[in-house]
Amino acid sequence: MAGKIKVATTSLAGCFGCHMSFLDIDERILALAEIAEFDRSPLTDIKHCSDQVDIGLVEGGLCNAENVHTLREFRESCKILVAVGACAINGGLPAMRNHIPLQECLEESYLDAVGVENPQIPNDVELPLLLNKVHPIHEVVKVDYFLPGCPPSADVFWKFLTDLASGAEPSLPYELVHYD
Amino acid sequence: MTEHMLTIDGQRIPFTEGQTIIEAATAAGVYIPHLCHNPEFKPHGSCKLCTVKVNGRNCSACTFPAADGQEVLNNTQELNETRRTITQMLFIEGNHFCPSCEKSGNCQLQAVGYYLNMLDAHFPFFYPSREVDASHHEVMLDRDRCILCELCVRASRDVDGKNVFALSGRGINSHLIVNSTTGKLKDTDISVDDKAVHVCPVGAILIKRKGFEVPIGERIYDGQDIGQVSLEHEMPIVEEAEHGR
Ligand code: SF4
Ligand code: SF4
Ligand code: FES
Repeated sequence: MAGKIKVATTSLAGCFGCHMSFLDIDERILALAEIAEFDRSPLTDIKHCSDQVDIGLVEGGLCNAENVHTLREFRESCKILVAVGACAINGGLPAMRNHIPLQECLEESYLDAVGVENPQIPNDVELPLLLNKVHPIHEVVKVDYFLPGCPPSADVFWKFLTDLASGAEPSLPYELVHYD
Repeated sequence: MTEHMLTIDGQRIPFTEGQTIIEAATAAGVYIPHLCHNPEFKPHGSCKLCTVKVNGRNCSACTFPAADGQEVLNNTQELNETRRTITQMLFIEGNHFCPSCEKSGNCQLQAVGYYLNMLDAHFPFFYPSREVDASHHEVMLDRDRCILCELCVRASRDVDGKNVFALSGRGINSHLIVNSTTGKLKDTDISVDDKAVHVCPVGAILIKRKGFEVPIGERIYDGQDIGQVSLEHEMPIVEEAEHGR
């Protein structure tokens, strides 16, 4: 349908909590559907962005090579790119591995951990290669807006999207800014 | 007796001889953002969050003496943007994962971020390796979150008389050290009642088994911003000091 805002979403190294929180806008999603349509998103199961997406919401940071490819595709396809949640903004909890060498992380998880059977470090060609460190997305692409929170509340998504839809510069009042 | 007077953002603020700009401001109910300053202690002047313009020059309000006729700018967009940048730098040079931090909601660094509408950290992160000291049975030290404000150093030295903490190293390697033969907290005489254990503005020094005791929604900065909380808490302290002068 012409005239609708195209919204794409993706989850990189995140936990889907931000997506769940987005869905907490509850029945407001009907009002949103009047003005917006979902493009690529785990919610639609569309795998690639169409040519011109208006708003791309990115949950999660970058922990492997596939995350970086997805993010670059998003940046290319989306007019406005939004870092959603703590992981996209500062790496979040996955980045807590950053001061431990990757090799040690893998050994601890797959070889030495309590209860591991058939210990081996997964090495299938299908698996995306892990990055040495987890990075927030602004270290790789230009990010236009940031929605902090772990996750950002439904009201944050709502305020941001309705601001944009009405042509206003998006802003978050004090009570909507949280880092946890 | 003629009253001493300066202005902050055009508002006339009285002060007494010997007060710093931040003390005069606090007594008059004007909040100047700050982190390393705590009116109970001698100023340290390290975080620069309290930067104000005094007659056109940038100065630290927590160390700069109030003087007659000063024209101070405080709550301006330019200064608040500079303060936000300073706050962002504090975030990237530590490891601040608020969702997993016991101090979240009660943390001054985080609250200053909220106050300044900081939505991201802007700079690339350092993710430095910092040592956690969980050796003590009651007190825990997580250097990841330390902002090097030296409040614990001042409290331990000047109030507790124990000298448990000091800063060491330079630049990104600056860190808090513990004054014991092993360098561990368990080998000091620190105790939970010490002032040093209660002054940390962030989640670097914590009392064990207290984490997440207060539910979300009831924490210090859930309902009030740090400007309000800070004035409520610090005004009486400054006023008392004023009377003692
Ligand atoms: S010390 Fe404060 S800013 Fe740092 S992680 Fe804890 S709550 Fe967040
Ligand atoms: S441990 Fe806390 S009080 Fe001590 S220097 Fe670090 S931030 Fe300041
Ligand atoms: S509060 Fe003045 S320099 Fe830190």
